[in-house]
Amino acid sequence: MESDLRSELSRQGVMIVSLEALYNWGRSNSLWPLGFGLACCAIEMMAASMARFDLARFGAEVFRPSPRQADLMIVAGTVTKKMAPQVVRLYNQMPEPKYVMAMGACAISGGPFKQGYNVLKGIDRYLPVDVHVPGCPPRPEALIEGLMALQRRIMRQRLTGPERPRHLQAGEASELPVPTLGARDIEPPYHAAVWRPPRVARAS
Amino acid sequence: MERLASIQARIEAALPEAKLALAANPGASGQHSLVVEAAHLEAVARRLRDDPELQFDYLSNVTGVDWLDRVETDKVRVKREYQGEEIEVEESVERRVPGYLEVVYHLYSVARGTGPLVLRVRTGNRTDRVDVPSLANVFRGAELQEREVYDLFGVVFTGHPDLRRLLMWEGFSGHPMRKDYVEPDDYEYEPTPHGEVAAKASRRYAKRGQP
Amino acid sequence: MIDRGGSRRDECEAGGEDAGRLEVSMGPQHPSTHGVFRMDVVLEGETVVRLKPVFGYLHRNHEKIAEQTTYLGSMPYTDRLDYFCSLTSNWAYALAVEKLAGLAVPERAEYLRVITAELTRLQNHACQMGFMLQDLGAMGTPMMYAFREREKILDLFESLTGSRMMCNYMRFGGCRADAPAGWIEAARGVVGDFPRFLDEYEALLATNEIVMARTQGVGVLPRDLAINASASGPVLRASGVGYDIRKTDRYGVYDRFDFRVPVGDHGDCYDRFMLRLLEMRESVKILEAALEQIPAGPVIDGKVKLRNFKPRAGEAYGRIEGPKGEIGFYLISDGSASPYRYRVRPPSLINLTALEEMCLGQKVADVVVILGSIDIVLGEVDR
Repeated sequence: MESDLRSELSRQGVMIVSLEALYNWGRSNSLWPLGFGLACCAIEMMAASMARFDLARFGAEVFRPSPRQADLMIVAGTVTKKMAPQVVRLYNQMPEPKYVMAMGACAISGGPFKQGYNVLKGIDRYLPVDVHVPGCPPRPEALIEGLMALQRRIMRQRLTGPERPRHLQAGEASELPVPTLGARDIEPPYHAAVWRPPRVARAS
Repeated sequence: MERLASIQARIEAALPEAKLALAANPGASGQHSLVVEAAHLEAVARRLRDDPELQFDYLSNVTGVDWLDRVETDKVRVKREYQGEEIEVEESVERRVPGYLEVVYHLYSVARGTGPLVLRVRTGNRTDRVDVPSLANVFRGAELQEREVYDLFGVVFTGHPDLRRLLMWEGFSGHPMRKDYVEPDDYEYEPTPHGEVAAKASRRYAKRGQP
Repeated sequence: MIDRGGSRRDECEAGGEDAGRLEVSMGPQHPSTHGVFRMDVVLEGETVVRLKPVFGYLHRNHEKIAEQTTYLGSMPYTDRLDYFCSLTSNWAYALAVEKLAGLAVPERAEYLRVITAELTRLQNHACQMGFMLQDLGAMGTPMMYAFREREKILDLFESLTGSRMMCNYMRFGGCRADAPAGWIEAARGVVGDFPRFLDEYEALLATNEIVMARTQGVGVLPRDLAINASASGPVLRASGVGYDIRKTDRYGVYDRFDFRVPVGDHGDCYDRFMLRLLEMRESVKILEAALEQIPAGPVIDGKVKLRNFKPRAGEAYGRIEGPKGEIGFYLISDGSASPYRYRVRPPSLINLTALEEMCLGQKVADVVVILGSIDIVLGEVDR
């Protein structure tokens, strides 16, 4: 439908949308994050939900304590190897459709603690991350921008065809294998289905 | 230093079998320490706590230090025969000093507002003689900190009520804060400008045959 | 002798291998464990009969990394220890290094340190009370009020240091930057408004019936056990021990301010709660005096070579009174550019030593209140 006609109709009080747009609009504006703080970034996540930054303006203020009720996991802080199996398990417990946001340098890559023997070098080794929010810690504004990026992403999703998201594809696994803690290190070091070590091309 | 010597004398008078040694601190802080033999540690700590003149009733800090085996060179003067006559020359002799683990305690007195009193106790070596008596029965505050030292350094505290790993997971092997601990090889890419990390990365790339 | 809570423990153990016991693992993902803390709790009905804390879910190897980097390189990591109170951690580390190397601090820098540390105390205590009340079931409102005040203080930090939370402000021998124009006045404004928030908080909560019922007589830490278990900060003082490092060590310029050290009577959750409220009032007094007295001058000793900092061999333990308790740093130098041994004395971890004794015999719902009243931050517990 031409946009002229649509805007003319909406001026008359008639709203016509595709089911896809309505569905995506509804989903993107009521993301329920898992109240799940790991480290420093969690405090900025809380600050974002408080009065000054007011995450509620974007429909994402309903922090749920249980993964069964949440559809957005904000990995806010350093993921240690000891914690990584629990993070994957929490992800598995979330119902589809679900999204993961890596908040802060540590969740993205290990950040300042990358050299640590007990620090996971980025949660995307185990989980499919939708949005990365850089910063150490990211300001609440940055978190809100990350949330809006996720909303734009949801708005673009097609409900039919081969491009449709995971939760609408039959046979697509929504649970990921949980890593185990070995005698020296976490095993396996990453899930090949979600992540591959990048090949580094170096000059010199 | 004088104050520490008087505390030493007081403890040695009360516990004649316990021998304490003064360890001077060459730094600017002036925090010298008392080295206690492991066998008498608990008695010394109890005495420090209960002595009405001292009253070190607050164990603030417990930590481990890993001292690696090291080689020291001593200069010795020896007599040598040189071109028919005997002369005295200076020679350096290498001496291997075995390493040990050290537990350091910082005591304060809440009652008197004094401190810190630094106590040190050393293990026999770094491998099989690593026991030190636990102070958890004298100072409850040592309980979690001794577990941490056990976890990260491998000092075994005998008599500890619940000696388990504190920070690393059950089933982890090794003691990560020891100086010779080899970290898992899992941050291979992203060479950074820091010299040491870049050198480590280049060693790895050479090993794996990556460019 | 010292009461180690043994009698209560024996009483609980005496119940025998009852089939009615239930083992609950609280955490590491739990809405009221303040991060990734875990407690293995054994319950009989709703009563706690055993509680074992499990640590290490945020162990990010601060000490190992610090032993591999330079002295100055560790400063930003100290921000991330107790991420509510980066400035006091900065100060404790700077103080330890200054002791190690024998450095003096210019007077203006000492005042700036006192001001930032007391502002840190205000926002930490305010948020702690918000969190604790959230654990009590007062969802939202007290937290909103606390974070409203915190944001004002974070704005001050941001204009002084460039960052809201990770300030990285102190340096060996002073502070990194002088206060920008108008900052002292702005700080005076925030401090002047703060008592109004305290009055409001006190009126809302101090005599609130539910708060009193849920906290009075809950989680009692007896005086002797508090000292013996090396508790520090508000936890120690609420148990009736008037021990404040600002008074005993007189570090910085704290001897120039007139302030009192509040002390509790019962050592229960309510005492810890009220003590923080009183401490904030004392902090406001210190801040008002410090902002009045702050002299002009340099903020850092320019002769200190921060980039190639190599203190001579030796060791030092430096400690300050952080908002959570005694935060100390133990450093051993071997004369090289990085410390041979670097140790943080984490008040949050050591205050948890007596957690089991405080929780035994209480109801499971009280465990979260007791934990909230101790005030821990996992970045510091696990480091």
